[in-house]
Amino acid sequence: MRVALFVTCLVDQMWPSVGVSTLEVLRRVGCTVEFDERQTCCGQPAFNTGYSAEARQLAERFIQMCEESEAEAIVSPSGSCTAMVHHYPALFDNAGDAQENHEWRRRARAVAERTFELSSFLVRVLKIDDVGARWPGRVTWHDACHALRDLNVHSEPRRLIGNVREAEFVELDNADSCCGFGGTFSVKYPEISVAILDQKIEAIEKAGVQAVVSGDASCLMQIGGRLSRKGSNVRAMHLAELLASR
Amino acid sequence: MSHLTTETFDSNARAALVDTQLRGALRNATSLFGKRRLAAARGLENWEDLRTQARAIKDDVLLHLDRYLEEFVSNAEQRGAKVHWARDASEANQIVCDLARQQGVRNVVKSKSMVTEEIHLNDALQASGMEVIETDLGEYIIQLAGEAPSHIIVPAIHKTKGQIAELFTAKLGIEPTDDVDKLTSVARNVLRQRFANADLGISGVNFAVAETGTILILENEGNVRLTTSLPKVHIALMGIEKILPRFVDLDVFLKLLPRSGTGQQLTTYQSLITGTKRRPEDEGPEQLHIVLLDNGRSRMLAHPTTRQALACIRCGACLNACPVYQQIGGHAYGSVYPGPIGAVITPQLIGLGKASQLPYASSLCGACREVCPVKIDIPELLLHLRAEITDRKQEQEQAGGRRQEQAGGRRQEQEAGGSFKKRTGERFAFRLFAAVMTRPRTYEFSVKVGRLLQRSIVRRGKIGRVGGMLAQLAPPLGAWTNARDMRPIAESTFREQWRAGLRDDTDPGSDT
Repeated sequence: MRVALFVTCLVDQMWPSVGVSTLEVLRRVGCTVEFDERQTCCGQPAFNTGYSAEARQLAERFIQMCEESEAEAIVSPSGSCTAMVHHYPALFDNAGDAQENHEWRRRARAVAERTFELSSFLVRVLKIDDVGARWPGRVTWHDACHALRDLNVHSEPRRLIGNVREAEFVELDNADSCCGFGGTFSVKYPEISVAILDQKIEAIEKAGVQAVVSGDASCLMQIGGRLSRKGSNVRAMHLAELLASR
Repeated sequence: MSHLTTETFDSNARAALVDTQLRGALRNATSLFGKRRLAAARGLENWEDLRTQARAIKDDVLLHLDRYLEEFVSNAEQRGAKVHWARDASEANQIVCDLARQQGVRNVVKSKSMVTEEIHLNDALQASGMEVIETDLGEYIIQLAGEAPSHIIVPAIHKTKGQIAELFTAKLGIEPTDDVDKLTSVARNVLRQRFANADLGISGVNFAVAETGTILILENEGNVRLTTSLPKVHIALMGIEKILPRFVDLDVFLKLLPRSGTGQQLTTYQSLITGTKRRPEDEGPEQLHIVLLDNGRSRMLAHPTTRQALACIRCGACLNACPVYQQIGGHAYGSVYPGPIGAVITPQLIGLGKASQLPYASSLCGACREVCPVKIDIPELLLHLRAEITDRKQEQEQAGGRRQEQAGGRRQEQEAGGSFKKRTGERFAFRLFAAVMTRPRTYEFSVKVGRLLQRSIVRRGKIGRVGGMLAQLAPPLGAWTNARDMRPIAESTFREQWRAGLRDDTDPGSDT
């Protein structure tokens, strides 16, 4: 299948190995992967902070770029950025010309329909839950909020991890509770953000794992940043990195 | 803690975070209520259908509220109740105080009611020379402590057993004990005496049925029963959104509310009150007054987005589920209605300007939406309010700019600049962000610049605590790294690696 990789700005700049791993997994399962170098940010930081005009600007740009691609699916190693693309139609509800908005909503829906988060693309679209990965060690999974609640991603990553050879999977206590990141929330209210995070860290420590895996680089920067500050040996790992290992 | 304001949310929250007793109490209670709610919801096969049905009923009510209110008033008055309309808090307080004075009331017993907290009725009654006592155990505790409720249905959720015992010893002069049964019976003895002497009972309303003019109040302690039946006068206060069209609709809401609130299948008592007593041998008060309160609700109703917040049935499930509330509790919000739904409702009550921090006090995780029995999309409402705040900022900034031009004085300039400084910075940052992100080359250039700039602070592949000048120059960097390490910008971005060969590298076995 022909797939366009939406790597996300965060992964591009801060965690490129997640993008490389995503590419590798997609190629391994037989996809032809294209990457449009014009891609930047989906607009989520602006949208979530209340700057809808700026978010709309970036959404229009992203929609236009995707329309030029003939890829059957747009795949991203982020539930949060994928959820933002799925939210695009709602950006064209209010401001501006009604006719124009109607047209943008139609175009936004068409792009959203073929945009997928990595694990749900593999399991739901390609019907693949074993990508031939191998990783020796004990791992757990943190449900990123937007993947879980906006995209209903729950069983997909667990199935994929369950099929990683030599990996032992344990459920995290309150796996579905927020890590406290929340975009600009993490720096607007850093003390609250870290208080929430520390409950997640407590659960991870209790799980006795070598790695905590999740589907969003943003949550992983939050979790990993605290683990690193506390001198923990637990690795914050993206699902793509786990699946690329062999 | 009871006099915190919404405007100082940030410092309120910081103070709450270092209160270990508070955090312990919150952690236990919110997780317990969360678990009970989940078990109770799972106990019903058609939970999701019930939520959908409840929301549909509420949407219908809100769309035809005028008609249903008229129907309710007409039916309630036919059965002997007297209905009063209050546009705002002061009108409502005036109505209640006037009624009490006309009846020569001295002693008032109250059952738990958020709407009376909203209008600060106790203060008004006390100012009119009346004795008011809260008869719900949790409300009684915080009344003794001189505090405000910190949760919609569990007013004293922030208190530990030990703190309550100390309070009872200090205020009621009992021997120190942490035996919950003893503490409860002490409160019961005090309250029974008050019930016997009361000449006015004041309650809230959970649901008001238009078809029959019935009001329904749920509780577990029996104090609502006593409040609404012992004194010769009963005044019930309710927001205008509490209406349900038909009696049969209660079936849906009685399944949802107790399960969502406390995880009970049903509360211990359900008081259905339709008018006053008809015959001398009937039980109940001689007079029933129902006060219908607007207080900003019709303004919410007029807006197609915020309207859905009026569907709220005040179960408190979103508070228990909210990671922010779980950490800081209700007082930090500085509002009668805390937590996620409070962050939506409070700006409508006191104005967005004063409550502008609350919509940002959320990680937008969506747990509130997941548990809401009437499917209110709280994250969407918070985002809507955030957008309104930034629009408002823009207006104010423009207005401030005009004032500066006209006055031309340095002092005005400083004042206008000072009060909007932070917001101007944020707006500028997001304009810059959009400008960079719409230009791939500028984006790449900014990544390169960032890589150069970070050299001095990257140690062993990470950025540790950044303080001093640099943290002042880039506050988010300081805020992040105070307790968390940061990943630096990569030596080689994904797109640089793509261009350097990843594009053509199709060997699936390659090791990264």
